[in-house]
Amino acid sequence: MKQFDPGEGASIASITDKVRPLAVGMPVSSVHFLGETAIFVGAEENAAIVNASGEISRVVIHGGAVLCVASDGARIVTGGDDGKLVALNAKGEVSVLSTDAKRRWIDNVALHPDGAVAWSAGKIAYVRSGKAEEKFFEAPSTVGGLAFAPKGLRLAIAHYNGVTLWFPNMAANAEVLEWAGSHLGVVFSPDNKFLVTTMHEPALHGWRLADNRHMRMSGYPGRVRSIAWSAGGKGLATSGADTVIIWPFTSKDGPMGKEPAMLAPLQARVSAVACHPKHDILACGYSDGTVLMVRIEDGAEILVRRRGNAAVSALAWSPKGALLAFATEEGDAGMVEL
Amino acid sequence: MSELTSQKIPVTVLTGYLGAGKTTLLNRILSENHGKKYAVIVNEFGEIGIDNDLIIGADEEVFEMNNGCVCCTVRGDLVRILDGLMKRKGKFDAIIVETTGLADPAPVAQTFFVDEDVQKNARLDAVVTVADARWLSDRLKDAPEAKNQIAFADVIVLNKTDLVSKAELAEVEARIRGINPYAKLHRTERCKVALSDVLERGAFDLDRILEIEPEFLDVGDGHDHHHDHGHGHDHHHDHSHSHGGLKHYHDEEMQSLSLRTDKPLDATKFMPWLQNLVASEGQKILRSKGILAFSDDDDRYVFQGVHMMLEGDHQRKWKDDERRESRLVFIGRELPEQMIRDGFESCITT
Repeated sequence: MKQFDPGEGASIASITDKVRPLAVGMPVSSVHFLGETAIFVGAEENAAIVNASGEISRVVIHGGAVLCVASDGARIVTGGDDGKLVALNAKGEVSVLSTDAKRRWIDNVALHPDGAVAWSAGKIAYVRSGKAEEKFFEAPSTVGGLAFAPKGLRLAIAHYNGVTLWFPNMAANAEVLEWAGSHLGVVFSPDNKFLVTTMHEPALHGWRLADNRHMRMSGYPGRVRSIAWSAGGKGLATSGADTVIIWPFTSKDGPMGKEPAMLAPLQARVSAVACHPKHDILACGYSDGTVLMVRIEDGAEILVRRRGNAAVSALAWSPKGALLAFATEEGDAGMVEL
Repeated sequence: MSELTSQKIPVTVLTGYLGAGKTTLLNRILSENHGKKYAVIVNEFGEIGIDNDLIIGADEEVFEMNNGCVCCTVRGDLVRILDGLMKRKGKFDAIIVETTGLADPAPVAQTFFVDEDVQKNARLDAVVTVADARWLSDRLKDAPEAKNQIAFADVIVLNKTDLVSKAELAEVEARIRGINPYAKLHRTERCKVALSDVLERGAFDLDRILEIEPEFLDVGDGHDHHHDHGHGHDHHHDHSHSHGGLKHYHDEEMQSLSLRTDKPLDATKFMPWLQNLVASEGQKILRSKGILAFSDDDDRYVFQGVHMMLEGDHQRKWKDDERRESRLVFIGRELPEQMIRDGFESCITT
């Protein structure tokens, strides 16, 4: 495998000719790698499985819109407006994990490395751990996002005016981290020291978990929909502006009192970010369809895809970092081997 | 702008006090053979007797925007549901949002003003309020929610007219007009109204803020009532008598205020005045609309607002044969009428 080399040229280097176009044939909302196999998740009904040799096969996963997706590297789990929670593996095997009795929308899903799965419908968050016992927690308002902590069975549930931290296997009361507003997405830092939410307003909010100190990360022109931890959790790369904004998380104070890095400015809004699993490199997609690779250290850019008709909605690296896959809202998709 | 507007999914907000007949109207919309498919966001599952996989239960979750403005409230559940529905674009033609009987329509409308993603994909078409002809007069006295819903409406379906006498009907209509003279009003039994009268109204479309004349001035031209064949006689009968002695109510709390001038307005004075007005009095102002003629500007300027939120744009050139007249309408609670009139006067070019 060749090492990624960003090149030295004065004008932007390009690898657009190395991209293999993929006819996935549907609007795509996200892409995930299971080993070397890429799973493109459609906006509704289907997923497209693309194996290492570029063969595409389609599978039906829902009877309507696909509302949420999570991956643990071995399978993806999706929730739909058909009330179903569905698992799909790299072989294309589909299994229904749960069906909501009232056919409510499954709004959010999260996976734990030990096999536990969490999902939510309305205000109720459910957890099923490896031993298949199911527990639920009623949040004070509709759940906006779910995330498992990297250690232990602890679930962060984002909702209006804050986040609830729930230990499903403990009797203790759930802890609530408060911050006014609507919290739509939530992630733990890989070192388990910070919790960050994406908000309805164009901002992120964070808490240092040791003392629940607040971190406000604002200044975006648009809502932040895509976030990704850089290799080793050193920074949090975010969409929502016309540059990739990366908040530093190397010190014990996280981004507090520090300026974020702003990379890869373009005359378009960043719509998707994905960080390389090993190197300080990220891929970013824009509202005009452009895809770039960016070296975080100095902002050097490589053009992966020229702009097109629709916004980039899906972006992912393979676990070893040798493959990069992308797709747009209108279904233009591609993969590049590095 | 118009081209973009037409690609956006129209959203009708269906409101009305408990028992007025919202569900009846909704069932009619869904069961009538109109060749259109509606996604419906309801607060109670199960009341709708029609099988439709695009009926979504909502929780009416309102939250305050973090911008220090207490009346900038939006429906977070709507943001989420519309986001999910947009993944199924092409599977439906329009969206109907039913609110609970006690809901304030403002957060729903405001969601369309403040949320970027909602704005990109959907447009608010109209607020339709179903009112109970028999009980509305009482509710206007004891239920602030009912009054809000009437004040906010673009279209009022005055239902259960068969349960009241002609005198009672005239009374309740006069009470409605005392609050909101601008909404289109339809008298119905069992919500029998032509669907074209409640859907695809374009009431929030800036390009269609053409007429903001009080609706009751047009009464009797037959135009508004020819859908209700069953009542045609009654109505004509009514009108011919009532014009002279039409009862005129003034609601003590909720009023509308109309301003007009045929002298051009000074844009450099008017814009800050309007912005300051809605910033300071926005909690009282439920709806505002205007067509404006500025000095040194050949374009008509149109605006509309909900509480403190405003949107406006140059619409088109004034036509040669058109009177360059500025007209504004405010509907609200305890409006500071003299202050608004004085402020408006001060924006007129001298």
